[in-house]
Amino acid sequence: VASEVVVLGGGVGGTICANLVAKQSQGRAHVTVVDATGTHVYQPGFLYVAVGQEKPASLQHSEASLLRSEVSLVVDRASRVDPGAQTVLLESGRTLRYDQLLLATGSRTMMEEVPGADDVHDFYTMAGAMRLFEALKTFEGGTIVLGVAGIPYKCPPAPVEFVFLLDDYLKARGIREKAQIKLLSPLNRAFTIEATSKLVQPILAERGIELTGFFNVESVDPVAKTVTSLEGETVGYDLLVLVPPHRGQKVIEDSGLGDERGWVPVDKNTLKHTMFQHIWAIGDTTNIPISKSGSVAHYEASVAAAEITAAARGEAPPAHVYDGKVMCFLETGHGQATTIRFDYDHPPVSPSPSRLWHWAKLLFNKTYWHTVPQGRLP
Amino acid sequence: MSTMQIDKSIDARGMACPGPLMNLIGAIRQGQVGQTFEVLSSDAGSKTDIPAWVAKAKQEMVEVVQDDGYARFIVRKAR
Repeated sequence: VASEVVVLGGGVGGTICANLVAKQSQGRAHVTVVDATGTHVYQPGFLYVAVGQEKPASLQHSEASLLRSEVSLVVDRASRVDPGAQTVLLESGRTLRYDQLLLATGSRTMMEEVPGADDVHDFYTMAGAMRLFEALKTFEGGTIVLGVAGIPYKCPPAPVEFVFLLDDYLKARGIREKAQIKLLSPLNRAFTIEATSKLVQPILAERGIELTGFFNVESVDPVAKTVTSLEGETVGYDLLVLVPPHRGQKVIEDSGLGDERGWVPVDKNTLKHTMFQHIWAIGDTTNIPISKSGSVAHYEASVAAAEITAAARGEAPPAHVYDGKVMCFLETGHGQATTIRFDYDHPPVSPSPSRLWHWAKLLFNKTYWHTVPQGRLP
Repeated sequence: MSTMQIDKSIDARGMACPGPLMNLIGAIRQGQVGQTFEVLSSDAGSKTDIPAWVAKAKQEMVEVVQDDGYARFIVRKAR
């Protein structure tokens, strides 16, 4: 009898893991993916939608088209997991039983947690990115401020990338001289990794982008058009873009599977839940204090797949564990980019920004649909 | 080592991004005044970065302990 493997979430991590388990288990596991929309969204593309370099439609594919034929897809929302009974209750009222469960539900954005931020812009949802581009199209001058209103947030390089792409956009429209761009950084430098900051900060200065350090956005005054930090400083704006606070999905919180923000506690190497048997979590879903990014979900997915496949086949856990590998691109504008690579045992390295890495990022974005979800890229 | 109560501990060793200070700021943002947070960091920069932010944000640095290959920072949310 085949094991029942249930995967909650059809994002990058859940999709790769489902495909790999279906392939590697050789009929010993039946895999079901539960996804609320049935549409797979390539979230790294939101940044480009916000500056008009990408069309929303090109970032979305049907989840069914990305899954192996033997994987079942259920388009429904998981409302409760019972780890004792090993069941998942769906919103439709249907119940799925599991032998192994993967939580790949990701994170949700919570702009409503920031006082006064009802009308601020963001590029962390498709709707937010589209609305921001509409606002930029009619922007004629003034101060554009980018701030971070919560930690952790997806894709730590994104705020820096956004101000560089914004600089390019305003130059292309011929209104760069009428605009000030301010980047409010949570840290005392542009980016969390010092070596990467050393590459990026001179470029920010060269492009006339003003950097303010140790500014963790706490509240917004939409009437005075000011934003105030946890550290007690206030900055004025004409157009405000915030990275919203993030938290885990409601089903995690409602099922008691996560911490006070809904992040699932897992072993940082095996990705197994620290409290419940037969449950693994990957990507944004976990409480591992590593970057919330598609890259992490991608590398973790193959580890979780090997773990789940071994469990489904009644074998010992695999020797291969997650080693903390992360590989990200960082756009620096003017058609150039750098990369950031590290793992638990090796500190980060970033090459000098070049056109090569920009084209590599675009190539990755375009070929994603044919390589990543299927588990074809290691 | 002291036996004080730690409300939240973050093991950020080997995690360059978002990094120990970002994780500490995140925890303090979510925490209550009076709670104590511990972050473990193997990043050399933390020794200057973390005290600098704690001072700037008017939080309280309780203790910095150097261990084998990493440092342990204990910070109390003061406001």
